[in-house]
Parts: sequence; C-alpha cells; structure tokens
Amino acid sequence: MIDQARMEILELLEKGKSLSPKHIAMMLGKEEAEVRKIIKELKEEKIILKHKTIIDWEKAGRETVEAVIDVRVSPQRDVGFDVVASKIYRFPEVKSVYLMSGTYDLSVVVEGKNMKDVALFVAEKLATIENVLSTTTHFRLKKYKEDGIFFTGENEDNRMVVSP
Amino acid sequence: MTLNSNGIFKEKRRVSSRVEEVPPSGIRRFFDLASEMKGVISLGVGEPDFVTPWNIREACVHSLEQGYTMYTPNSGLPELREEIAKYFSKRFNLDYDPNCEVLVTVGASEAIDLALRALVEPGDEVLIPEPCFVSYKPCTIFAGGTPVTLSTTAQSGFKIKPEDIITKITPKTKILLLSYPCNPTGASYSYQELLELAGVVEKYDLLVISDEIYSELTYDGFKHYSFASLPNMKERTIVHNGFSKAFAMTGWRIGFAAGNENIISAMTKIHQYSIMCAPIMGQKAAVEALRNGLPAMNEMVAEYEKRKRLIVSGLRDMGLSCIDPQGAFYVFPSIKETGLTSEEFAEMLLREEKVAVVPGTAFGECGEGHVRCSYAASTGNIIEALNRMRRLLGRLNPKVMSL
Ligand SMILES: Cc1ncc(COP(=O)(O)O)c(C=O)c1O
Repeated sequence: MIDQARMEILELLEKGKSLSPKHIAMMLGKEEAEVRKIIKELKEEKIILKHKTIIDWEKAGRETVEAVIDVRVSPQRDVGFDVVASKIYRFPEVKSVYLMSGTYDLSVVVEGKNMKDVALFVAEKLATIENVLSTTTHFRLKKYKEDGIFFTGENEDNRMVVSP
Repeated sequence: MTLNSNGIFKEKRRVSSRVEEVPPSGIRRFFDLASEMKGVISLGVGEPDFVTPWNIREACVHSLEQGYTMYTPNSGLPELREEIAKYFSKRFNLDYDPNCEVLVTVGASEAIDLALRALVEPGDEVLIPEPCFVSYKPCTIFAGGTPVTLSTTAQSGFKIKPEDIITKITPKTKILLLSYPCNPTGASYSYQELLELAGVVEKYDLLVISDEIYSELTYDGFKHYSFASLPNMKERTIVHNGFSKAFAMTGWRIGFAAGNENIISAMTKIHQYSIMCAPIMGQKAAVEALRNGLPAMNEMVAEYEKRKRLIVSGLRDMGLSCIDPQGAFYVFPSIKETGLTSEEFAEMLLREEKVAVVPGTAFGECGEGHVRCSYAASTGNIIEALNRMRRLLGRLNPKVMSL
C-alpha cells in the first residue's frame, strides 16, 4: 500500500530544494518529530538517495562535454545485462546508465573535459569491455531542460510586485 | 475647480465629479514604493505565481496559426459558452442555457461592472461586505448607485450574518454584492451560512451579485457552493467567475457571468456596445482550459494548500493571530499587537525588511489592523518573507521573539 504521508514528503523534498523538516511539517499539517522520523526511515530504506543541486555549469564558466552513448551488449546467462552494466557504471566518468528497450541495450551518459577526452574513454574503456558489441556516441550540444527546470531563463517571475 | 497636473483643464471642470470623488486605489502607493526597490520579496501579488499551463497556451498558439484573429459573437464563442454551461452543471449542479444565460466577458472585472450598470438605478443601494476586492465600491458609484458597507471583523471570521444585512436594509436596497472565497481575507461560507443569507435575500427581495472567482481554490476539504445553487436563488443571482485564478490566466482577460436571461441580456447589451466581445485568443485558450485544464488546476490547488498551511502556522508562530482561510490565496493576519496601523506596518516591513504586503485598509476601513499576505509565491520566498517579518517583529516588540 502507498503511504500518503511518505509520498507527500518525498514530493516536497524533490521539488523544494531547501525545505527543513519543520517547514515540511507545517505544510502537511503534521508534527515535526513525525516528519523527521519518516525522513530517517526513507533514508534508511534507500528511498531518499541523495540531495542534488541543478547547476548551469556552462553559465558558471565551466566547459565540459557530455555524451549519450548507445551500447549494444550480448546478454549473459542468468545475469542478463546487469554484470556488464555494473562494469560500466563503476567508472567515475559515467554519470548515469539505463537499460533500454529498442535497438540498443544500455544508454550511458559520460562526462569529460572535451570531446577527445570522451572519445578516448569510449574507445579505450567502454568498447573494450567483454560482451560489449558496439557503441554509438552522441554529443549533447545544448541543454534546454533538466529535471523539470528550464535552462533558458523562463522560470523568472514577471508579475507586477503589488496588485489587487 | 479642478486642476490637471499639466494645467490644461484650468478653466472648466472636465472630469465628472462622480469619477473624481472616487479615491485612487490604496494599492497603487505600495506598488510605486515596492517597484523602486531591489531585492523585494512580494507577498503583495493578487495573481497566481504559476504561468498558464502549457496545453492552454499551446491551444492559443494553434488558434493563431489557424487564423483565428477575428471578432466573436458578443456573448462569446458558442463552444466556450457550452463548456461554461457544462462546468456549472458538473461543479455546482446549476443548469444554464449557453445560448441566453451565459455571457463571456473581459475578466470577471468586466462582468461585475456590467451587472452593476445593468441593475442599478440612480440612488439604489448596494450592500457590500468589507474588507473586499477593490473594484466593488467604485464600480457601484460609477453605475450611479450608493455603496453601503457591511463591515466584518476577525471575530466573525470576516463573514456577514443575516442581521448585518437586516440592519442596513432601506427602501432603496437592491443588491447584495457577495464574494467568497474572499479577497483579501480568504474567508468563505458554509452551506448552512449561505442558506441563512439566502433567507434574508428572499425576504427583502434582493438581487445578488456573487463573485465566485476563487471558487476552485478552497482547502482542507472545504466545499464551495455557488449562491445560485441555493433554493430559490438562481433567478435572483448573477454568478461571476473567470479563468484568472483557477487556471492562472490573469493576463488573458477572460471571465463570465451566468444568470437570469433578462439580466444577462441587459448585461450583453452594454457589453455589445462598449466592448463588442472578449478577445478570441483568450476565448480559444479558455475552451482548452475547461476541456483539458482541470488536472493542472488541481495540481496548483494542492500546491496552494501546502503553502497556506506553511504561512498560517508561520505567522501564528511569530505571534500574529490569523484566521485559517477557507480559500483564495490570501491570509489576513492581525498586526494590532505591534501598535502600528496597517499602512505603517506595511511600509515599515517594506522599507526595513523588503517584504511587500498590502495594508488591510486598501480593502475597506474595517481592514485596519490587518495586512494581506498572498501565498501566490514560491515556498522559498514564503519562508524567507516569514523570517524577515519575524525579524521586524522582534525589533518592534522583543517579547514577540520569545514566544
Ligand atoms: C474577488 C475578485 N474578483 C474579481 C477579480 C478580477 O478578476 P478578473 O481577472 O477575472 O477580472 C479579482 C482579481 O484580483 C478578485 O480578487
């Protein structure tokens, strides 16, 4: 069964960057102690994994490149794609890995200082892993939206400061 | 003799005294003050902080691409009136004929003005509970009527009771202008309370202009009943509503009125000659809002509800008493403890802590001692504004901080 209070707390934590248990309690009409307890449980159960800040690195002046790599893999008996995936996701260069339906199997996001950096990583580390059949690298050129946030300044408040 | 600031009209009074005697809105001064400052967190805004949901905006863009740039029938696009009639039926169990009992207007603002102009004879009295939305009194005066204030207080939850009406009845009383959930107090009426008011309305043969623009924004299970849905009230009530608040569509300027065919047709006559029709772009978007916008609206309402709880308990935490509002997106805390007037408090809060709120007196004299805080603001801004208010209160009254 879905626990309503847990769901509400999770939604608030995901949206509101810096909400304290006290404020969450106020918003949900609950006791602060109860909210603290639920958050602790959610962390222990590894439902809440980590807090993340979404940063426009390009605006901050750091030039990095990101590539999405389609990886075809021959699955192995009993473990399917999991072993190959784990060999890939352990590299610190790899930001995320997903198992996909469709024409390829793993979608791997890699970050590097520049294109050459990423290309070398793919050629030397990724493509050489056992059971990896092929890789196709797509470089990301521009970021418009990430985790629900626009990267284009459209989030601004354009209302008059005081109105009836 | 009246002088225009540029001195052109020195010789003759040009502006009618009826218009000139209406004071400018008390909100204006705070707008000017706040606009000059940087880093202001505003709890002074009377419109949603959400942008209109994308599917609604997209419907407008599509209609423009299709070349819908023309006039519509005076009373509005037939498909929009259909959707409005369906909405009334589904939400409030009210059946209106979309052909003659529904009028699409330029915001609820226009609809309220039309209703007053269509109904008021010179000298007719219009009962207006205060604190209330800023336009009711001026529009009554512009229409040639006499506004009669029904003052409410925090003790009565900012609601009127039948006695309040009865004591103000004269042979000239014609209209009760009711608005719930209320801007600026957030107060709304239960079914039982409405029934009692309806009893007096019937007894004294009043008409009711019911501004229900916040009808969708109610919280913690509070249910809105349209005044027209009460027994025997449909014929004597003109219901006003619109897209501004529920669908975050203030700039589109689309509202509507529904009621008795004769009254709607009188309102349509004025609308036809003075406005012609509401803009088609907004009407196209409004159709999409009613057809497919309800899930987005529900999400916004859920968000307001959480913020309302946050701001109410935050204000109470710092020692300001404040009624838990049933709807809209305003709280109306008392600042009497500080010993300041509403204006003084609001100005000090703005100058010293850069938080904009609106003094309660902007909504009627009985709003003195209160300020309107809008929670159509992000949670982060609400939390920061509360911190700043607490800091000011601490300076004003060190005891408050220890509460
Ligand atoms: C009580 C009330 N009625 C009417 C309006 C005006 O609404 P519209 O944008 O539909 O003209 C407002 C807007 O602030 C309001 O608060």
